[in-house]
Amino acid sequence: MDFQIHLLLIQDGVTNGAIYALLSLALVLVFAVTRVIFIPQGEFVAYGALTLAAIQAGKAPPTVWFLVALGAAAAGADIWQAVRESRGSRIPAILGINLGLPLALAGILQVAPLATLPLVVQVILTLLVVVPLGPMIYRLAYQPVAEATVLLLLIVSVAVHLALLGLGLFFFGAEGTRTPSFTDGSLSIGPATFQYQSLWIIGITVLLIVGLFAFFERTLYGKALRATAINRTGAKLMGISTDMAGKLSFALAALVGAFSGVLVSPVTTIYYDTGFLMGLKGFVGAIIGGLASYPIASLGAVMVGLLESYSSFWASAYKEVIVFTLIIPVLVWRSLTTHHVEEEEH
Amino acid sequence: MTTKPIILETTDLCVSYGRVEALHKINVRIREGEIVTVIGPNGAGKTTLLSSLMGLLPSRGKVAYQGETLGAGRTVEALVSRGLVLVPEKRELFGEMSVEDNLLLGAFARYRRGDRAYRETMDEVYGIFPRLRERRTQLAGTLSGGERQMLAMGRALMAKPKLLMLDEPSLGLAPLIIREIFRIVAHLRELGVSVLLVEQNARAALQVADYGYVLETGEVALENDSKVLADDPRVIESYLGLGGKH
Amino acid sequence: MNRFFLGFVALLVLGQPLLPEFTVTLLNYIGLYALVALGLVLLTGIGGLTSFGQAAFVGVGAYATAYLTTVHGVSPWGTLIVGMAVTTGISLFLGFITLRLSGHFLPLGTIAWGISLYFLFGNLEPLGGHTGVAGIPPINLFGIELKSGRTLYYLIWAVLLSAIVTTQHMLDSREGRAMRSLRSATMSEAMGINTTWYKMVIFMMAAQFACVSGWMYAHLQRFVNPTPFGLHIGIEYLFMAVVGGVANVWGAVLGATLVTLLKQWLQDWLPALLGKAGNFEVVVFGLMMIYVLHRAREGLWPILLRLIPQKRQGRVIEAAEPLPRRSMPEAGSIVLDVQKVTKRFGGLVANNNMSLHVKAGEILALIGPNGAGKSTMFNCISGVNPPTQGEIRFLGDRVEGTESREIARRGMSRTFQHVRLNATMSVLENVAIGAHLRGHKNFIQSAWRMDRTEERRILGEAARQLERCGLSEHLNDTAGSLALGKQRLVEIARALCADPCLLLLDEPAAGLRHLEKQALADLLRKLRAEGMAILLVEHDMDFVMGLADRVTVMEFGEFLAEGPPEEVQRNPKVLEAYLGGVE
Repeated sequence: MDFQIHLLLIQDGVTNGAIYALLSLALVLVFAVTRVIFIPQGEFVAYGALTLAAIQAGKAPPTVWFLVALGAAAAGADIWQAVRESRGSRIPAILGINLGLPLALAGILQVAPLATLPLVVQVILTLLVVVPLGPMIYRLAYQPVAEATVLLLLIVSVAVHLALLGLGLFFFGAEGTRTPSFTDGSLSIGPATFQYQSLWIIGITVLLIVGLFAFFERTLYGKALRATAINRTGAKLMGISTDMAGKLSFALAALVGAFSGVLVSPVTTIYYDTGFLMGLKGFVGAIIGGLASYPIASLGAVMVGLLESYSSFWASAYKEVIVFTLIIPVLVWRSLTTHHVEEEEH
Repeated sequence: MTTKPIILETTDLCVSYGRVEALHKINVRIREGEIVTVIGPNGAGKTTLLSSLMGLLPSRGKVAYQGETLGAGRTVEALVSRGLVLVPEKRELFGEMSVEDNLLLGAFARYRRGDRAYRETMDEVYGIFPRLRERRTQLAGTLSGGERQMLAMGRALMAKPKLLMLDEPSLGLAPLIIREIFRIVAHLRELGVSVLLVEQNARAALQVADYGYVLETGEVALENDSKVLADDPRVIESYLGLGGKH
Repeated sequence: MNRFFLGFVALLVLGQPLLPEFTVTLLNYIGLYALVALGLVLLTGIGGLTSFGQAAFVGVGAYATAYLTTVHGVSPWGTLIVGMAVTTGISLFLGFITLRLSGHFLPLGTIAWGISLYFLFGNLEPLGGHTGVAGIPPINLFGIELKSGRTLYYLIWAVLLSAIVTTQHMLDSREGRAMRSLRSATMSEAMGINTTWYKMVIFMMAAQFACVSGWMYAHLQRFVNPTPFGLHIGIEYLFMAVVGGVANVWGAVLGATLVTLLKQWLQDWLPALLGKAGNFEVVVFGLMMIYVLHRAREGLWPILLRLIPQKRQGRVIEAAEPLPRRSMPEAGSIVLDVQKVTKRFGGLVANNNMSLHVKAGEILALIGPNGAGKSTMFNCISGVNPPTQGEIRFLGDRVEGTESREIARRGMSRTFQHVRLNATMSVLENVAIGAHLRGHKNFIQSAWRMDRTEERRILGEAARQLERCGLSEHLNDTAGSLALGKQRLVEIARALCADPCLLLLDEPAAGLRHLEKQALADLLRKLRAEGMAILLVEHDMDFVMGLADRVTVMEFGEFLAEGPPEEVQRNPKVLEAYLGGVE
């Protein structure tokens, strides 16, 4: 195996690893703030990529109607709660945010010349459709059981994953799609050749990570999320509502997921169910980080990407087996280094 | 004597854990600018009282805050926005964040409402607790017990409370630090903050408070001006069981 | 329950010839799925763990027999043993690496393992790759070839029903009680239960059920391919258990039935309704699962049970030989000796240089204001949280750093400040947990009811201790239905059930009424007279001062004073500690 091939595999591995790193960050974030193990993370990747593909094909993406439907359900749930707490004055705002905005977006997508819009606008529209799904799903599936055990929340996650997966097939069909690269061609530096799309992916990933970091370190909302992760009771007593923190973290996870889909769809054909495996690879990264450490999780995810690209070269049939078996030595190591962990459930 | 408006009043407040009644028909009243203390031995229901006022525990009976009855569905977030802030017994600091970030988060409810004047409040808090300014960049988890209590109080003050509820601020602190904490509690009155002080440290609490309630096994056993209570032998009895009523 | 069970069996056996072929096939699958779901009931409902990878264990059973019977001509009964051995190995390994970690690592590990094994089945050439293995021979039972679904039906349901019965037996025993209290790990360990081991046993049993189901599946289909062993099927199994109800073995059967029928039905009419092909039933499944988890976390079985009126039948305590007692240390000898113990949590010093000792036949009260570090001291002594520094001797041996279940074995038993009872178990069963170390029958013996003599002795002991604590009338009540004060008494009975020589009581009198307090004080005096050493933390000073031989006072995690009650009560330092001083 020569240097060229190594370079190619590394490039491939780092590119995929960057996406997994993004996903693992979102997973760690969601777990830290809400204790939810967010299995459906991958579905946001698929929804993002396929929504963008639909927009580029000039069709209003079916996901926007899903957004309207979820919005209606979320509005229903919120209004029911508002009525019970006799705070009827909030109803117009609830309707406007949950139903008005999605309907407006659906209207825009019906009339706009989607296929001819510049890429940036298409991406923004994609994010506007997919990202609000995150907080709405939190509202409907998780908020009513926010105080339940990690185990119950995990089972809810699996159920949400199943539902989103089936809906994905319904919305987008079984065919895969690949969107055009942001920039075609490649860059040659000496013996090395870099695909522009790979550079885009790595570049934007780094930017997103820096952006997330700045959000957590510099803004009060970011700090509020961290505070909730550190001490839920303390945060609550400061007026940081658990619901708000949950929705916010799910919005970030949806953003990261959808954006990953947008980034990766020019290099990989995305099917309705592709996201699941990608999300799980992000998980392997997150587990390497113990579902707690952001930097270790992202390093772990890049490692997963590299392992994947090398194993697809040597033993492509066993690629997934090798990647998911990686979790075993990680767990062995964690189990040997962790002191007796006690989870007391009352 | 005092005709200041009432800021918080409970009428027949009851709290039950399952079938067990932890608080029975509690009537307490706090006027604006007053320090009211609730003292009593361990397990008398003091913390339960604060938790139920804050909406953390379901309760029966009436709670009126600033003249308005609070519904059963009151949320902590809504109460914090209205100036009712609790400093819990366990402090509940954000251990892996800096002192300054902890303080900033105290102002979160105000920030959400669009109030951006929290920097000035932070200067005021630093004025009250100069020690916190020195430790500004230190992680809250590395502070000593007394500093933690100061940070917990400072963080609560960042919310600009109208009524501050303190749960055992002297808990586990050395006498010198306790004196400092109580000096600050007394100072809060000058800042126009009403205080509901729950304490086991009866002498210190009664010295700083205007009015006191003695809680015993979930009921108000005694209440009076704190000067009067301080000399009441029944207070000591309630703590150390010197009554010998076998 | 017994009449219901016999009726159910009769219906299954006698009704079968009357059923159409299609219904028998459905019942076969329901039986196979229910067996896997039964394992998940054990894992999730009993042990508080879960697995998404049960389908992979089904695959191990199926592929083991498919490969060995077709390629090597091994008898299906031989392959069953191989399959179970492989399953044991895998589950032990997975259990070893995940069960020590916090609860969510096992399910995550099983997701990864479910995926890996699925891809492995699909890519291994000897296993036929994605096309699978065909031509699997039928099972031969006493010379009868179980060729058709109708004949295999009897085997499937016989296996399922015996699995249910043995599981029920096992859960209703000393071993089962230990498994049912796994969620409260600190309490279990303090009663001498090795929680990691029991988690492992449960995980292994669940895996075996799945493996046997896969073995029968392969011989029913006579063909295997990787599809039915993928992660999504693993999720479906969990779904069955959750919908049916993870708290009861019958929930598995109910869940498997509902999900199988629903799936059948949805697959028929959903595509027709939506005018598109695709697996829409997963959407309905997902939404239903969320709905069930929101509205009926316990699943549908308890709801079904509520519809049928039933009389609560209490357990009758049969006469049995008392359990052997341990010999008590000589009266007046030092049982517990704590020397200069310091406990730090990060920068916080909870106990500093603290010393105390308790003698046999003596009651020592440990008092001090809130936050003085009394409960931390208790946790250091009982091995829940080892001290940072210092020496703790129990019966002369050093025990700091010894695991709490080992300390319990040596004769220390305790109660908890925040009551730790299994709210859904009866008072009697809760107390019987205390006698865990006094029984020795293992889970296999109890599954086959070879533990009944010992069980009678344990329950007899539990009933006796409950009587001493004045709780005879509550034997068959669920622990959660008792008032808090009585729950504390149940904890004392449980601690006594361990036959300790040192009793640690954390606020035993809190929440008791006056007469109950007197009764408790009488009981403690009686125990003292029998030579037991008692260390208690208590806030009710009337109670303490009238009962204790000596009182040790703590403040700020440190020793403040010690002496007879009258003396301590007049000690100005103590007065100041309690009432505070500002000068």
